[in-house]
Amino acid sequence: MTAPPLPKQGPEISYREAVREAIREAILGDPRVFLMGEDVGRYGGCYAVTKGLLEEFGPERIRDTPLSESAFVGAGIGAALGGMRPIVEVMTVNFSLLALDQIVNNAATLRHMSGGQFEVPLVIRMATGAGRQLAAQHSHSLEGWYAHIPGIKVLAPATLEDARFMLGAALADPNPVLIFEHVMLYNMTGTLDGAGPVDIRSAKVRRVGRDVTLIAYGGTLFKTLIAAETLAKEGIEAEVIDLRVLRPLDTGTILASVRRTRRAVIVDEGWRSGSLSAEVSARITEGAFWDLDAPVERVCSAEVPIPYPRHLEEAALPQPPGIVAAAKATLGR
Amino acid sequence: MTDAHAIKPHLSREHLLDLLREMVRIRRFEEKCAELYQQEKIRGFLHLYIGEEAIAVGAMRALEPGDAVIATYREHGHALARGVSMDAIMAEMYGKIEGCSRGRGGSMHLFDAATRFYGGNAIVGGGLPLAVGLGLAEKMQKRSGLAACFFGEGAVAEGEFHESLNLSELWKLPVLFVCENNLYAMGTRLERSESQPDIHVKAQSYNVPAEVVDGMDVVAVEAAMRKAVAAIRSGAGPILLECRTYRFRAHSMFDPQLYREKAEVEEWKKRDPIDRLLSWMRQSGALHDADLAAIEAAVAKEVDRSVEFSESGKWEKLETLTADVYAGEVPP
Repeated sequence: MTAPPLPKQGPEISYREAVREAIREAILGDPRVFLMGEDVGRYGGCYAVTKGLLEEFGPERIRDTPLSESAFVGAGIGAALGGMRPIVEVMTVNFSLLALDQIVNNAATLRHMSGGQFEVPLVIRMATGAGRQLAAQHSHSLEGWYAHIPGIKVLAPATLEDARFMLGAALADPNPVLIFEHVMLYNMTGTLDGAGPVDIRSAKVRRVGRDVTLIAYGGTLFKTLIAAETLAKEGIEAEVIDLRVLRPLDTGTILASVRRTRRAVIVDEGWRSGSLSAEVSARITEGAFWDLDAPVERVCSAEVPIPYPRHLEEAALPQPPGIVAAAKATLGR
Repeated sequence: MTDAHAIKPHLSREHLLDLLREMVRIRRFEEKCAELYQQEKIRGFLHLYIGEEAIAVGAMRALEPGDAVIATYREHGHALARGVSMDAIMAEMYGKIEGCSRGRGGSMHLFDAATRFYGGNAIVGGGLPLAVGLGLAEKMQKRSGLAACFFGEGAVAEGEFHESLNLSELWKLPVLFVCENNLYAMGTRLERSESQPDIHVKAQSYNVPAEVVDGMDVVAVEAAMRKAVAAIRSGAGPILLECRTYRFRAHSMFDPQLYREKAEVEEWKKRDPIDRLLSWMRQSGALHDADLAAIEAAVAKEVDRSVEFSESGKWEKLETLTADVYAGEVPP
């Protein structure tokens, strides 16, 4: 994937390095912070995010775990209850299903169920999404499922700045926070000039436009920006919103944009049925129905387990031409 | 904490009376809960601890205030023995805001920060990873506490049991695993669900020291617990105690008990932990004539008071329905 060119003043940094810097900063800044997960230490991380951290911080703070997702995610919850600020890395969202009980039945419930006595200040990071030909058990985008659950917050950093600074905001938040890092973003490079601490409340307008609102997050943001450039060449100015935070959804930013453009396309690598894109669409019709000039369009993954061959994988995922076509459809073109 | 006094229970008259009083408190509390359930004052699921009181009582006497306790959905006895007030527990049964979980948890979800009582976990096996994490937090913060985790024998069929034993031993964490083996996972007898029904043997696979304890003998439970707690505090890593016990009542209030013979229940009732302690105290001269009546009278008063307290408690206002889902205001 190619990101639009960013200014090149400062040193180049990759998304992967930005996340690593965020982890380093967190560990250096708070003795309660530690990282645990499968192969985060000696191996350096499945996606090399944590390379070098074991050497720098030692095995107390950088903990390799057995392949026991339920136990180490649950241990993260327990450690958070016990006063620590754990960062738990799960290799991919597909593996997180082995820890679903702990996330949904414990992390999300303990504060409310205990009458507010206990809190779970835990951060769980995981890779999500397709694009590396990893087939149907390593490629899915299930963050929308997690966004269904009250009691947790769900983040999807798509930019270098968010990759670098969302973790700090998540650790400072007393609630359990899940961070989804799209696998196709790890190699994205750019500079962090002017970047600084970010909030984990709001969606951001990444491109201003007047004709149609394109709503994306994570791995689909740059595909959507590419589509917006194509549309611009045809005289259609698309506004692009990066959701950033999947729970709680920043409905206000979405509605404000759609009320101006009167048209919306939601781009989501998750499947269409029962999805996050469905939720965003519902909020638009609930909040801006009378402002719409066209039905809301959605560009989602084909309803198929992600296949292995490149041509099929590409066909299964949202791509810029499909986004362009959907945007034009809202304009009757 | 490794001296002989810490390891051996003090079998003074006062101590034995304390054990007796605690078991009677649980028994009478549970009986009252069953009654209140029939009156529809308590709703939802209700799992009674009658018959198993010796485990919670013996175990809690070996723990310190700084230790963390993690229990199951059959946890009224653990909460009482840990020191959560009977008023707050009963009010929780009623669902009132005076309850120990503000009424939001009910019977299966008792929580209390003051006594480090972390539930009240109603997904079988789900509490074990929490205990591993609480133990990890103790160790990483160089505190002397441990995490005591109670679970039934049904939980050993869950992957979380195996994952948690392995991880806690690998990291030598201060976790005490207390298996309350009452032979039935709801209606499934141990031999029908486990290829290896000796639970303590499973712990050996993870190099976790394990011991079988007579869970109907409160003194034996306390002694085993004190020994295990001392070893864990000295840095030995986790230990598993398999306490063999029996629940005298149904699994929950909806259980017709078609899966076990009445004769079996009657046989186990002969080993009632309260009767057993009473007869032992009588034989050793530790029980005076008026003791039991005094305990029963005091407990009856406490139970009655908890009912009055709960009856006069308040319902949470609808405006605060979604309070504490998150810290702070978070829109849906």
